[in-house]
Amino acid sequence: MRRYVIKRLAQAAGVLWAAYTVSFLVLDYLPGDPVTAMASAGMDSGQVDPEQIAALRHEYGFDKPVLVQYAEYLGRAVRGDFGDSVATGRPVTSTLADALPQTLQLTGAALLLAVVLGGGLAVVATYTSKRWLRQLLLSLPPLGVSVPTFWVGLLLVEAFSFRLHWFPAFGNDGLRGLALPALTLAVPTGAQIAQVLAKSLLTALDQAYVETARAKGAGRWRVHLRHALRNASLPALTVIGLLVGQLIAGSVVVETVFSRDGLGRVTAAAVTAQDIPLVQGVVVFGALIFVTTNLVIDLVYPLLDPRIVVASDRRAGFA
Amino acid sequence: MTTLPDFRPSRWAALTALVTTSVLLTACGSSGDGSGSGSGRAKSGGTLTFAVGSDAGCVDPQQVASNDTIYSVRQIVDSLTDQDPRTGKIVPWLAKSWDISSDTTTFTFHLRSGVTFSDGSKLTAQVVKDNFDAVPRLGALGTLAEGYLSGVKSTTVVDPLTVKVTFKEPNAQFLQATSTHSLGIESSASVRKTPQQKCSDGVTGSGPFVLKQYVQNQSITLAKRGGYAWGSSLWRKQGEAYLDKLVFKVVPEAGVRAGSLQSGQVDAISSVGKANEAALKGGQVTLRRRANPGIVFGLGLNSSRPALKDARVRQAILSAIDRQQIADTVFPTGTKAATSVLAHTTPDYTNLAPDLAFDATKAKSLLDEAGWNTGSDGTRTKNGRKLSLTINWIPNSATNQPALELLQQQLKAVGVAVTLKQLQVTQLAPTLQSGDYDAAWANITRADPDILRSSFSTKLANFYRVPAGSLDAALSAQAATTDPAKREQLVARAQQLIVQSAYYAPVVELQTQLGVSKKVHDLNFDASSRIQLHDTWIG
Repeated sequence: MRRYVIKRLAQAAGVLWAAYTVSFLVLDYLPGDPVTAMASAGMDSGQVDPEQIAALRHEYGFDKPVLVQYAEYLGRAVRGDFGDSVATGRPVTSTLADALPQTLQLTGAALLLAVVLGGGLAVVATYTSKRWLRQLLLSLPPLGVSVPTFWVGLLLVEAFSFRLHWFPAFGNDGLRGLALPALTLAVPTGAQIAQVLAKSLLTALDQAYVETARAKGAGRWRVHLRHALRNASLPALTVIGLLVGQLIAGSVVVETVFSRDGLGRVTAAAVTAQDIPLVQGVVVFGALIFVTTNLVIDLVYPLLDPRIVVASDRRAGFA
Repeated sequence: MTTLPDFRPSRWAALTALVTTSVLLTACGSSGDGSGSGSGRAKSGGTLTFAVGSDAGCVDPQQVASNDTIYSVRQIVDSLTDQDPRTGKIVPWLAKSWDISSDTTTFTFHLRSGVTFSDGSKLTAQVVKDNFDAVPRLGALGTLAEGYLSGVKSTTVVDPLTVKVTFKEPNAQFLQATSTHSLGIESSASVRKTPQQKCSDGVTGSGPFVLKQYVQNQSITLAKRGGYAWGSSLWRKQGEAYLDKLVFKVVPEAGVRAGSLQSGQVDAISSVGKANEAALKGGQVTLRRRANPGIVFGLGLNSSRPALKDARVRQAILSAIDRQQIADTVFPTGTKAATSVLAHTTPDYTNLAPDLAFDATKAKSLLDEAGWNTGSDGTRTKNGRKLSLTINWIPNSATNQPALELLQQQLKAVGVAVTLKQLQVTQLAPTLQSGDYDAAWANITRADPDILRSSFSTKLANFYRVPAGSLDAALSAQAATTDPAKREQLVARAQQLIVQSAYYAPVVELQTQLGVSKKVHDLNFDASSRIQLHDTWIG
């Protein structure tokens, strides 16, 4: 088990390094840099003295050779220092730390809603014996996956904020402010959980052990939840690991539509301003959350299914 | 000035419009008080909530260049002078009077006494000097303020309430510049901070409101300054402002801003586009509009390009543009087709509408005359070369792309092939500087005609590669005259020369459009089409 954990940690570090390096190269390849972005308000920048731009560029170290910049940044990043945001002058880490709680609230609530709604839908759809209801329920997830998030958000805000006045249309205020954005973000996520869970539940229900359980006289509901769901939840759990990445990405759109503070807004602003240190911070931070979640999920598998560690170790032997 | 880049895909706006118009048409009439509240008597107190589309990430008036943030930070600082939006005249504010040397190189301001900053310190000539000495050090971070003070030789304290600013060369625009937010006066303590500190922590001013809280990307909160008694001579109310509190909320999505205003969650919103007008009509909302002064939206034509060297080709482009169609189709209601290179709200604007009339026949005959004959595919050719034009543009306004696509069709109709090339905001200035381009879509907000000199003088950046000539003389002379009548004549001459020589193809005026709840009164535009909230009240 320990070897397994160490191996997974090393992989996680590798993913983080790759995310950092790729984002650095992409940002370096883009035309322009944050200093020109800062100094140009479009046409009005005519009077900017190139010397002043050069001075600013020197101050932020953008005039050094790419490899030197990369090595310096990486060295500091390893110690958790991503430098200062070019646009605001604030340290990147504290900008992210300030934004994180809002986004965790949003994504946490969305994930919870997604699991409850998506899971519930899958269980009911596979349990019901009414064919039409099953068909109806199972047709919802593809719909949920395919409608654009911003559109769902705008519809919800239109109905529940502008017309019914139940929830505020913007801002980070309390649970009421969280409801609509979390629901918006939960729609595509919940839909994917429902799709995967319903499919694996149907497969599980065809398995021999289900028949055995039934033959032993277990009730239909008990078979469904105790036996089939437990086995069917593994693929869904894997999907949740991937969905965490989607939730963070989705927060860019949802936080913009609902004018919420958070990592998504920070990301959008950083990208627009070509704020390289901040964008790098966001990328690595996002990768960190993603890697951590998947690590945790990998470590949870054995608790659900003891066969998994053995399988992983065997696979490791071939690698 | 241009607005901040709008990075959202345009289909958002379209969809939002679709959603809001269809739903909102049936969704009004829920707010309690009737529409007949009328004007009534102005009263103090209350909070104004204003939704803006973006946050510049900075709350220092000397550095901010985006309208959405100027709206709030303008209220923190006072300026030496103010500008009457109706006449363009410069009037007293912190300076009760001023003298300008006959060669317009020296400006002496006589300050009002008894003015204090919100940290308790007094306004003195030394504070003004500290501000003007610090502005050039903002460099690339405060391009507007720095540009106004470029060529400054020295700022000297004559006596505690008299300050003298001397320039190396005649600089008539400086007087108007002292009325802008960019040269708003900050306390000495604020001036000593680094530009980054001023951005994130805000500054101390002597204005009618004080910065209480700034939450990045979220909100800017201001509170009334108690004891304020040195308002601009233009303001109707003496003393303190009416409103207790101003809250500027950042709401990036245009449809959400419109819905929030319509449903009473905010009192006013910025940047109302054409798509959201329908949703806001007929409710408890009025749309307030004013054309931005300065250089209108149009094509800066690179006169050094082989095809564009010929004035007839440039003139043909001017005649081929149906300005009214572009204004009506793409821009918010009330947007005016350009009638000069300057917008009609700019001081010393001259109406040149006859020179800018849409006349495709004239355009075609000018091109024929210049030797560009219609080829087999409809595009004109000369000596085997096609008459094609690449227009560079940046996505800093949602109207740019549709306006240019329409323009592209209009030019195609007379045989000019147009390619649209979208640049990143950061790429535009270097491209113009390099001179390696055909045309660029541009506009600049400035309530002083000297903006013509910044754009068209061959002695400055000369982005459009204007050949040296009589235009230079007119532009330099207007910068060196203190006589308003003479300056007006010179500026009129410069506008005529630019339009008749077609160095720039004016298209439409940029219009600022705000949505304001009917319970909000006296929310007024200043001369630069931004807002002044001292006189504003809620009732």
